[in-house]
Amino acid sequence: MNAQHTRAARLLASLASGVLFGLGLVISQMVNPAKIIGFLDVAGNWDPTLLVVMAGALLIATPAFRLVLKRPHPLFATNFSLPIKTDLEPRLIGGAALFGIGWGLSGFCPGPAVTALVTLEPSVLIFVLAMLAGALLFDRLAMRRQAHEPF
Amino acid sequence: MENFTPYSGLFGGMLIGIASVLLLFANGHIAGISGIVGGLLAPGSGEKGWRWMFVLGLWIGALAYVFTSGAVFPVQIPASWPLMAAAGLIVGFGTRMGGGCTSGHGICGIARFSKRSIVATVVFIASAIVTVFITRHLLAGAA
Repeated sequence: MNAQHTRAARLLASLASGVLFGLGLVISQMVNPAKIIGFLDVAGNWDPTLLVVMAGALLIATPAFRLVLKRPHPLFATNFSLPIKTDLEPRLIGGAALFGIGWGLSGFCPGPAVTALVTLEPSVLIFVLAMLAGALLFDRLAMRRQAHEPF
Repeated sequence: MENFTPYSGLFGGMLIGIASVLLLFANGHIAGISGIVGGLLAPGSGEKGWRWMFVLGLWIGALAYVFTSGAVFPVQIPASWPLMAAAGLIVGFGTRMGGGCTSGHGICGIARFSKRSIVATVVFIASAIVTVFITRHLLAGAA
């Protein structure tokens, strides 16, 4: 395969992965915020479906990741792009805690929200635009801090 | 627990697992949606093609479900527009700060036994449960 074919294969694999991911989110009803709130509302009419979805995904991903990461490189790329950080910094904990607040308020996390854009619901679009703004805002603040930090 | 849908949940979850494996096996990327979408906002044109294809795939997958099953999937929004906007802002900021969301930390990270992802997942689920308890029980009861 030449470089152009490899690039096309990468794009196609990405598309196929997105299709399967989107189908999975819709079939499991994780695109429905009411379903997520049903899981998070442990003091109400509790719906444990989210746990089963995570279990189903991990059942496949855990053994398969192990096998895949034993390979020298991915099929269509020269190296695996994996997170390199290993420390539990305040930034990780703080970010996760904040994310949880937004998730609890809306019942949306990024994947389901982006997927649910196909419903053309205005409130989904509002959520996704605000989410992008929030991500940009963090990047700006982080960049500014970096610029002020002495080496 | 009459809303519990274990079979479709398990099947959908397995599809999400297969999707994550495919992206890692073929391209070496982690299927974390906040990271994939966040990368689209970065300046410069490099490394955007595969991200757009993944997002396009999410939409095709959802539409394929609608066209093959003939049923529209429900998306019930629990909050007003201003609240959804505020929640979106917090989710965008928080996932960027914490380096991932439900898919990146909750599935791909845990599947790699990443200590950071396990901690992040416990923290965001706990924080979301507390948030729902406050808004659905404490505030709703007080009103």
